[in-house]
Amino acid sequence: MIPAAFDYQRADSAEEAIALLTEHGDEAKLLAGGHSLLPMMKLRLAVPSVLVDVGRLDDLRYVRDAGDHIAIGALTRHRDLETDPLLAEAVPLLSHAAGEVGDPQVRHRGTLGGSLAHADPASDLPAVLLALGGSLVAKGPNGEREIAATDFFTGFLESALEPDELLTEVRVPKLDTLGWSFQKFNRRAQDWAIVGVAAVRAEGHTGVALVNMGSTPLVASGVVDAVNGGSNASEAAERATEGTEPQGDINASPEYREHLARVLVRRALEESGLS
Amino acid sequence: MQITLTVNGVERTAEAEPRTLLVYFLREQLGLTGTNIGCDTSSCGACTVHVDGESVKSCTMLAAQADGLSVTTIEGLADGDELHPMQKSFQENHGLQCGYCTPGMVMAAVSLLDENPSPTEQEVRLGLEGNLCRCTGYHNIVKAVLAAAEAGS
Ligand SMILES: Cc1cc2nc3c(=O)[nH]c(=O)nc-3n(C[C@H](O)[C@H](O)[C@H](O)COP(=O)(O)OP(=O)(O)OC[C@H]3O[C@@H](n4cnc5c(N)ncnc54)[C@H](O)[C@@H]3O)c2cc1C
Ligand code: FES
Ligand code: FES
Repeated sequence: MIPAAFDYQRADSAEEAIALLTEHGDEAKLLAGGHSLLPMMKLRLAVPSVLVDVGRLDDLRYVRDAGDHIAIGALTRHRDLETDPLLAEAVPLLSHAAGEVGDPQVRHRGTLGGSLAHADPASDLPAVLLALGGSLVAKGPNGEREIAATDFFTGFLESALEPDELLTEVRVPKLDTLGWSFQKFNRRAQDWAIVGVAAVRAEGHTGVALVNMGSTPLVASGVVDAVNGGSNASEAAERATEGTEPQGDINASPEYREHLARVLVRRALEESGLS
Repeated sequence: MQITLTVNGVERTAEAEPRTLLVYFLREQLGLTGTNIGCDTSSCGACTVHVDGESVKSCTMLAAQADGLSVTTIEGLADGDELHPMQKSFQENHGLQCGYCTPGMVMAAVSLLDENPSPTEQEVRLGLEGNLCRCTGYHNIVKAVLAAAEAGS
């Protein structure tokens, strides 16, 4: 399978990438690790006429302590997230979940920014960022803006990014973590989750988010309310499907996904230390 | 466009369309047919090569993305007639039957040991999750990788 023909431009800086996006408009697509975009292009589900490769922007590959939050460059690969000592210490949920994405070859190429910008409800890291209460920094021709993760995922494979914007950074608040859990239910090791749950309990913050339970990654707000209101794990898990709209596919019916969501939310809350 | 790679230690340049996938570039432009294509959909790992020392699925990377980088294929592992210790270990432990998955499996295994020189059996199984084998049932592949790790390859 070969993608349709396109022009290839490698950007040597964020500014150059944005200039190329501005010049080519809707016709252009950013290419980071290529592990969502290239499979779609091979199936001709995506046919951009210009690819702007940002894969060599090494200055957007970092994990830094930025005082009240951890700052992560958008081009940081899953493998880097999985092995970074600062991240393992400060945001173990993200570092662990990154190690569950795909397989080692996928993690050597795929990036955090690409994973979030792709806005696939079946992807792991969008739900993790929602649970952590993080935000994203987008840079465009008119400068930078910060977008809360809760405002970022607007539809199936759709995000709040403008066509001429580049994600440059992801910010995760430094939480006083009491417990966390990442539950990924799949049938084969390298697969996407049939349903997944990211949970974090911290001083002043409860975050629970769902993978593959609707057209976007979702905050399980019913569960969060229940936990904040003093419910135990089983009671809170009963509210796991509030606001969800799971699809049926070859792996699971909507009813089965709802069942999984309740079971996995309970397990996630228990593993996070809620009785 | 012109693409230059250092393949198995030798600089190679060839002309290719931007949409050329790395695996086709290696096989068709450079004549290195040791790297197999299995699924062509990033699932099976048969096309695994190393880019700057790390395992990647060459059916899911453009040759253009590898321009200027160094690529190692199965052809680059042996030292003349002397097989790489991982290749020897696959041979000694019967880690292959039809051999179709083997080039990718060996490349994934070498990358795995670079990152984790003494893995547990479970770590080997997880580390090879991106590579499918339809023949062996995996046990002898895992044995081969553990033996290679033991031998300090
Ligand atoms: C076999 C396989 C298994 C996988 N399994 C999983 C899994 O289990 N869980 C999971 O979560 N994911 C999985 N993935 C997807 C993987 O995580 C991808 O790496 C990720 O979704 C996309 O990241 P990328 O860097 O490859 O982005 P690309 O494919 O390069 O880009 C994806 C999209 O994001 C845009 N984009 C990329 N970077 C930026 C940026 N900095 N700013 C703005 N837009 C940008 C692109 O234009 C494109 O639209 C799998 C992929 C494969 C091939
Ligand atoms: S051919 Fe590349 S993963 Fe199967
Ligand atoms: S030996 Fe035949 S596919 Fe692995």
